Amino acid sequence: MSALLKVEGLRVEIARRGRVMTAIDDVSFEIAAGEILGVVGESGAGKSVTGTAVLGLLERPAFQAAGRILFDGRRIDTLDEDAMRALRGREIAAVFQDPLTSLDPLMTIGDQLTETIRTHLDLTQAEAVERAARLLAEVGIPAPRERLASYPHEMSGGMRQRVVLALAFSCEPRLIIADEPTTALDVSIQAQILDLLRAMCRERGTAVMLVTHDMGVIAEVADRVAVMYAGRLVEVGPTQSLLAEAAHPYTRGLMGSIPDMHRRDVELAQIPGSMPRPDAPVPGCAFHPRCGQALPRCAVERPLTFTAGASEVACWLADPAARSAA
Amino acid sequence: MSFVLGRLGQTVLVLLVAAFVSFSLFRYVGDPVNNMVGQSASLAEREAMRTALGLDDAFVLQFARFVGNALTGDFGMSYRFGQPVATLIAERFPATLELALISMLIATGVGVPLGVWTALHRDHWLSQALMAASLIGVALPTFLIGIALILFFSVWLGWLPSFGRGQVVEIGGWSTGLLTTSGLRALVLPAVTLGVFQLALILRLARAEMLEVMRADFIRFARARGLKPRAIQYRHALRNTLVPVVTMIGLQFGNVFAFSIIVETVFQWPGLGLLVIQAIQFADVPLLAAYLVLIALCFAVINLAVDLAYVAIDPRVRSGGGVRGTV
Ligand SMILES: Nc1ncnc2c1ncn2[C@@H]1O[C@H](COP(=O)(O)OP(=O)(O)O)[C@@H](O)[C@H]1O
Ligand SMILES: [Mg+2]
Repeated sequence: MSALLKVEGLRVEIARRGRVMTAIDDVSFEIAAGEILGVVGESGAGKSVTGTAVLGLLERPAFQAAGRILFDGRRIDTLDEDAMRALRGREIAAVFQDPLTSLDPLMTIGDQLTETIRTHLDLTQAEAVERAARLLAEVGIPAPRERLASYPHEMSGGMRQRVVLALAFSCEPRLIIADEPTTALDVSIQAQILDLLRAMCRERGTAVMLVTHDMGVIAEVADRVAVMYAGRLVEVGPTQSLLAEAAHPYTRGLMGSIPDMHRRDVELAQIPGSMPRPDAPVPGCAFHPRCGQALPRCAVERPLTFTAGASEVACWLADPAARSAA
Repeated sequence: MSFVLGRLGQTVLVLLVAAFVSFSLFRYVGDPVNNMVGQSASLAEREAMRTALGLDDAFVLQFARFVGNALTGDFGMSYRFGQPVATLIAERFPATLELALISMLIATGVGVPLGVWTALHRDHWLSQALMAASLIGVALPTFLIGIALILFFSVWLGWLPSFGRGQVVEIGGWSTGLLTTSGLRALVLPAVTLGVFQLALILRLARAEMLEVMRADFIRFARARGLKPRAIQYRHALRNTLVPVVTMIGLQFGNVFAFSIIVETVFQWPGLGLLVIQAIQFADVPLLAAYLVLIALCFAVINLAVDLAYVAIDPRVRSGGGVRGTV
């Protein structure tokens, strides 16, 4: 299985007041065509920065300091702005957290759809309008043709996020970066939007990098899960096995904090202590100050990545050498 | 539509208040009879005058008469010039309005593009230079700018006239200097002098608003949609900066009228400003009263124009939602 998206050794730094901090450190993962990868972790873990780097939208003071990003086998992190722009919205689309602020308040949603469509596809205005109406119908907006003339403020948050989905899917991208697409919505609407996103992706074979801090969301839609902690990837594995037997103590902590996997309103991490920030890095394993099973070497040596069952895990506890010694 | 009607109602109210303030001038600033007949008149003459002028009538009646006359353009005779106030103002108003409009046009036409440019090229040396210059533009007193421009362009270079309005053309009772070369040449220095402060202010606001909007989520999403930079900057960002900028331009018109008094003095511009200075010196109450009402009318018209601009720019105003600034 060749990967659609391949991130290798990604490192993102933030230069502030003469200091350089590391926000993302040596992150590697893959997303196969049509696959939904859930990315979880506490707020500030680096999920959004990772997604932004894939979109090529990192902005001062953040910048990519190392690593490679490949899309469909082609390196994209070194593309010039014009080439990357042609990819954005066309091959790699985005859905952001807050539908209330994602749309231009002064432009009709029809115009926002057609401008996106016509930027990437060689269609006439009439054809673009046709396509826009079809998209609105697909995302479940009633009376789509009339709705084209609506302004964002005339719609509810849930409707606006549907419009955002229509925009994301407007040019049939192969990958969607969905950064907490339901977090800002009413709990009652979250499930609808999530179902819609999943259904549209499955139908088209669109891959998704689904950023969330909601384990319930992960359990429901993700094929595989990547767990982030303090700018690093601590565990990656298939959803089922990861939920059943997490290898990393942090992942287990995340699970432990969720009594019922299907309740979406439960947030992550009731693990005591707090995650180190980029401006105060922790030597060794970033999680060791909060880890109940920390070994002496965890405070000194940065853990390597080991295979544990179906997962990859960055933890000394998973070191076969240590396990055989024990 | 109800939005516009509501605005119209407010406008009428504002005008009435202005009329009341200017009418009050008559009662509290000097004695009009004194002004008209002089110190030497006898008591009997004064009484006759009072009755003739209706000054013994009830206050409300007098105010009603004032408003009624004002509506027909009759503000009485100027004490100082012995001519109908309406005639005096009609002669001078075009000069001031043209000066104010052209200076605002320069300030907006230059200030908005420069503000947007400096926001989009924050690190360019020219952008930093413009920001520094705009600070100076805000800080420099208007009369100093006027005198410096006269010194440079009139005295040293001899390119432009330093006073007067040049040749004017009458069009339907409106004397315009915009249609003759000498009129346009005479307008340059005073309009620039009056516009510098506004330009600097508009530039800084346009820049600040543009920077703010460029950080907005919908701009980030527009970039994620792969739109071209031009489309993002102009179709999305610029339009969203216009609402506050238009508000500011509307508000600044008041200042432009106030500062035009200084500019008209420096350039001997035959506008209302010069007339008002004389009216103040001689406590020419009818003239002052008419001036106040006229300025209030100008304000009202400008505010209405600003409101209409909102309606044109922002769909949220059209549907009656909030997000309005001042006014
Ligand atoms: N533009 C920025 N300037 C400074 N710090 C930033 C910036 N963007 C992200 N960070 C920092 O990088 C870390 C990761 O942020 P983010 O990816 O947004 O976390 P999350 O996992 O909640 O999405 C955080 O500590 C955040 O403070
Ligand atoms: Mg985030």
